[in-house]
Amino acid sequence: MSKVRVLVGTKKGAFILTADGKRQNWKITGPHFAGWEMYHLKGSPVDPNRIYASQTSGWFGQVIQRSDDGGKTWNTPDGAPPPTPGEFPKGESNKFVYEGDVGKHLWYDGTPHPWEFKRIWHIEPSTTDSDTAYAGAEDAALFKTTDGGKTWKELSGLRQAKSQLWQPGAGGMAVHTILLDPKNEQRIYVAISAGGCFRTDDGGKTWKPITKGLKSPYELPDPDAEVGHCVHRIALHPSKPDVLFMQKHWDVLRSDNAGDQWNEVSGNLPTDFGFPIDVNFNEPETIYVVPITSDSLHYPPEGKLRVYRSKTGGNDWEPLTKGLPQKDCYVNVLRDAMAVDQLDTCGIYFGTTGGQVYGSPDGGNTWNTLARDLPAVYSVEVQTLP
Amino acid sequence: MIRVVLPFHLRNLARVDGEVSLEVPGPATIGTLLDTLEAQYPALRGTIRDHHTLKRRPFLRFFACKADWSLEPPETSLPEAVTKGTEPFLIVGAMAGG
Repeated sequence: MSKVRVLVGTKKGAFILTADGKRQNWKITGPHFAGWEMYHLKGSPVDPNRIYASQTSGWFGQVIQRSDDGGKTWNTPDGAPPPTPGEFPKGESNKFVYEGDVGKHLWYDGTPHPWEFKRIWHIEPSTTDSDTAYAGAEDAALFKTTDGGKTWKELSGLRQAKSQLWQPGAGGMAVHTILLDPKNEQRIYVAISAGGCFRTDDGGKTWKPITKGLKSPYELPDPDAEVGHCVHRIALHPSKPDVLFMQKHWDVLRSDNAGDQWNEVSGNLPTDFGFPIDVNFNEPETIYVVPITSDSLHYPPEGKLRVYRSKTGGNDWEPLTKGLPQKDCYVNVLRDAMAVDQLDTCGIYFGTTGGQVYGSPDGGNTWNTLARDLPAVYSVEVQTLP
Repeated sequence: MIRVVLPFHLRNLARVDGEVSLEVPGPATIGTLLDTLEAQYPALRGTIRDHHTLKRRPFLRFFACKADWSLEPPETSLPEAVTKGTEPFLIVGAMAGG
């Protein structure tokens, strides 16, 4: 029987939740890296035992961890002392250096400000090679490793896409979403908070903004600007990688042409502000969001935690509430804190800033509490194992 | 041998318990101590000093012999009590406050 492994990054460590294919009885291990902010963990689709993790701290900076046994043990890639005495160790797995002239982006006061590396928000392992992965950084940039995380090199073409106009929002300015087109290795999408959405069709050498149709009248002086939109999350289904779904600061949108044109599909949502968005593994037009009251009130409307599902790729939405708290709930669900499994009845999972992890084994119809009292959840990823 | 006390999280990262003992080659300065520490425990590279600039991370402090050495330049010689191992060199996480 298949198994499911849920990788949970929190404000104070990482946790791994496992269950069989019924997804009713869950075992929790952790905290791994106790006390550290775990922004993201994700397994390689090629080798599920290989998991990359971003471990970060205001005191000690960025650390990259890697497991090659499904999360039982972890190592900093290339962290061992060199075999030859006197040789200086490389130890570069946490070295993220912007390429060339570091350049400047807009600062909060409108003045140019040099790029400063702060942390890795998201790691996206390659769909074809377990040694290759992409890392999204704050300040916004994309890095790539081809040696299992030992060294990282910036794909600096991204910052040629009008980055002098990118400006951090209150949450910083980070590459938080990386989508790899499973049918075209040369095509990658990234989303940047307060930067926008971008696409490369040549493996990361050159990038262009893909924001036509986005409107941000309350965030930008020009609502139709090419860059600067606060894109919260984008998602695609692997069978239809030209169809993209987006949860923006405000508005839920879709594109049917790889981001060249976006159309709003917020429809009957109670509010179209929110952070995560994801797609059912078995139904490419079934999508999920978690509406949040507003940009000023980061909790669910009316204190009711509701996932909304659209089976029509947007516009027509239904609330999913069975098993979720329907009163006095004032948590948030962050952008990387929702994921789906690949079983026949798709499982949906999300974590909250209140430390709960919820899972649905039936596409969202019913929900179970998988963990109740973890630290604030930053990220949730799911591995479906044989 | 120079004794170095690491904060909790860096001890975990380096996988050591208690103090670390270092044989620092040549003149023992703050900089050569950190070079030796990172050579012996590569997982610590980038966590005490910035990879690129080699500047001390702002929320870490260096204490020794009841004095704060955090703002001294890296070429500063370590006090004799530290080089002889009678006093440890402390790398300390700054208080979070609150």
